[in-house]
Amino acid sequence: MKEYLLGNAAIARGILEAGAGVVTSYPGTPASEIVESLAPVSKEYDLHIEWSVNEKVALEVAIGASWTGVRSAAVMKHVGLNVAADPFMTLAYTGVKGGLVVISSDDPFCHSSQNEQDSRRYAQFACIPCLDPADPQEAKDMTVYAFELSEELELPVLLRPTTRVSHARADVNVGKGKIKKSPTSHAFVKNPARWVALPAHARQRHSVLLDKQNAIKTVLKNAPWNRHLLVLKGDTGVIASGISGLYAEEAIEQLESDVSTLRIGTFPPPDDLCAEFIKHVSKVLIIEELEPVLEEYVERAARVHNPELEILGKNTGHIPRDGELDSRIARNAIADMLGLTVTMEEPQSLTEADEILPPRPPALCPGCSHRAAYYAMKQVFGTDAIFPSDIGCYTLAVDMGTIDTCLCMGASINLASGIRFGGEDRDICCSIGDSTFLHNGMPGLLNAVYNNAKITVTILDNSTTAMTGHQPHPGTGITATGDKTKSVSIEAIAKALGADFVETVDPYDLNATLETFRKAKECQEGLSVVIAKQACITNARRAGVRRKPFRVNDNCIGCGECVDFGCPAIEFHEDRARINALCTGCGVCAQICPSEAIEEVVNVK
Amino acid sequence: MRTSECCDIVVAGVGGQGVILLSKIIGKAAVKEGSPVRAAETHGMAQRGGSVITHIRLGCKFGPLVPVRGADILLGLEPAEALRYAHYVSKGGIALVNTNPVLPSTVTTGRAKYPPLDEILAPLRRICRDVKALDATKLAANAGNPQAMNVVMLGALSKYMPLREEIVIESLRESVPAKFLAVNMRAFEVGKGEVEL
Repeated sequence: MKEYLLGNAAIARGILEAGAGVVTSYPGTPASEIVESLAPVSKEYDLHIEWSVNEKVALEVAIGASWTGVRSAAVMKHVGLNVAADPFMTLAYTGVKGGLVVISSDDPFCHSSQNEQDSRRYAQFACIPCLDPADPQEAKDMTVYAFELSEELELPVLLRPTTRVSHARADVNVGKGKIKKSPTSHAFVKNPARWVALPAHARQRHSVLLDKQNAIKTVLKNAPWNRHLLVLKGDTGVIASGISGLYAEEAIEQLESDVSTLRIGTFPPPDDLCAEFIKHVSKVLIIEELEPVLEEYVERAARVHNPELEILGKNTGHIPRDGELDSRIARNAIADMLGLTVTMEEPQSLTEADEILPPRPPALCPGCSHRAAYYAMKQVFGTDAIFPSDIGCYTLAVDMGTIDTCLCMGASINLASGIRFGGEDRDICCSIGDSTFLHNGMPGLLNAVYNNAKITVTILDNSTTAMTGHQPHPGTGITATGDKTKSVSIEAIAKALGADFVETVDPYDLNATLETFRKAKECQEGLSVVIAKQACITNARRAGVRRKPFRVNDNCIGCGECVDFGCPAIEFHEDRARINALCTGCGVCAQICPSEAIEEVVNVK
Repeated sequence: MRTSECCDIVVAGVGGQGVILLSKIIGKAAVKEGSPVRAAETHGMAQRGGSVITHIRLGCKFGPLVPVRGADILLGLEPAEALRYAHYVSKGGIALVNTNPVLPSTVTTGRAKYPPLDEILAPLRRICRDVKALDATKLAANAGNPQAMNVVMLGALSKYMPLREEIVIESLRESVPAKFLAVNMRAFEVGKGEVEL
């Protein structure tokens, strides 16, 4: 039977078919929908799923589960693997018991990310196998295979989908694999030589890991994800990894040329298959997104099997090392290799599109409390202050002048400390979201307190992980399955970490927020924390919260102060402000207006 | 309706207009037809009121991205967004465009200007075979709910896709809440009626 599935839903289906018992994750685009797809059925299949506090925690919980013998998966976006890198590297030494699959979703072109690192490098670094799916079907099938591979090798396996697999949709055959229930009873078997990575054990385990490298190659030798089509008369070839294989096949069909192709889905690549191919051709183009992982492999293999082989790819400029590929890039590179003049139509430049179209950047929602908090922050601290920020919806406020840095999850507080210790005298007020604070901001606040950083930390608390699709976190009192749990107090955490001044304020109350920021700024003795707390407006509206909208009355003098606030519900029309139907009734603009020209609509249905 | 098995569609619009729902209805219909289908969606950061694009490839077994200048149909749920992604439509392709603008914040705050409709449609007409422009938002409002604009556009699109109309409607039925089914069915019919082949 075929279903129309998102790549991430297909991966979730694969996790179920493999009979996994524990799946952990921290939300991150493009990986978030994997756990979300599992949530509605997790209880039915005795599957523990969780939104972990961060990716390191997620992987460690998954490792614990694996060591009891249960199949487990840790799911994250590519930069999440940096956070989880510490357990990831040593996990390769200890190995696993129940199959453990680390899913790290890469994001070529940085659609929703701060970088476009290639997770295949991590698998190389850790000396473990990596699977690179081309489409949702392969992603599902590889997920099941990855658990089996992991158990066979007693090693973690990295599954590396990219945005165009994770967020692709396709007809996926779900008929073959039956969903298995996870066995319910498991026990941890003590084995210090395996599970205690003391130096004496670690040395041995490193040696075991290195010995396994040949076993990895033997197992992957016949993996169905690597396959070639040798064209007898053509002495040119293409070797492509993951989704690039599909781009290459489409390009070759369009060009109607004799090109041998080898599609690779596993790392390390299969030696024998590659050797056969390399001997068959005199010129080869390597097509892969991001890093030249496959290209470097072919360069090494060619030294043994065909030293004369001409290798085209990133080293020759045929394939870019940044951004994402498509069939057009593949077609042009293959045509160039074949010496063909590309007869297909190149994009006709539409100068009008660049000239006349207004930009439409993503923006904070109408009524978003982050906008109000930043407005007050800027009023109090002024444009001269330094505003380190962090990763979340609030980074969309970059035009407000209160986002001076964005590096990685939780960096804002530490950058603020470092900027202070670097000798910056001006006021420093950093901002971090609630989920990001709980993810990796807490150690930063503790560090700032401990080392006497004189800064103000603003926690923008909208009580959800909004940017990635409103996942709950420990401050919300709700688990990944929607069940009630303890709700932790961010204010109590900030106090316990030792901040000198901690105050929570509702950013919809502009005067109170200004007053709180003033007190925080004047907190001479040290570190102040402002918690700007108001529910995410999108979440609130989904929960049925409706506030009366606002409108502009005849007092408006067209000063534009409300328009500069930047809310999409406020328009400037014929020299006057106007509030459109997007208004959610937060009322902040009415507090900003110097002419009392914005008022609540009283008689609203 | 196209006779060829393969049909590449690019849907362009604004976050919140129902671009993804529309794409899912089409994709599910293709699966019902037993036809291979590939699609690429915009999720995450760009959805927050930004410009959104979905690729749908009917009868396709390759990657999900429609090549530049390769789309048989450009479905613009918003005129400026139709032009923004106009480089996808092929020379022999067509563009179906909702003429009702959604003003970006750069315009409402006076930092940029929204171009007149004819300035948007002229370059579109130059680069592809035909442009069908309709005020789908108004037609949806007449049908009972302006939010059903995406389904008006689906109705118009149904005349060009290599999918049977009854299958598309079946997919539509399964994809919208029961209480909005009647208005969506009216919207579909209205959109279909706007297109004469």
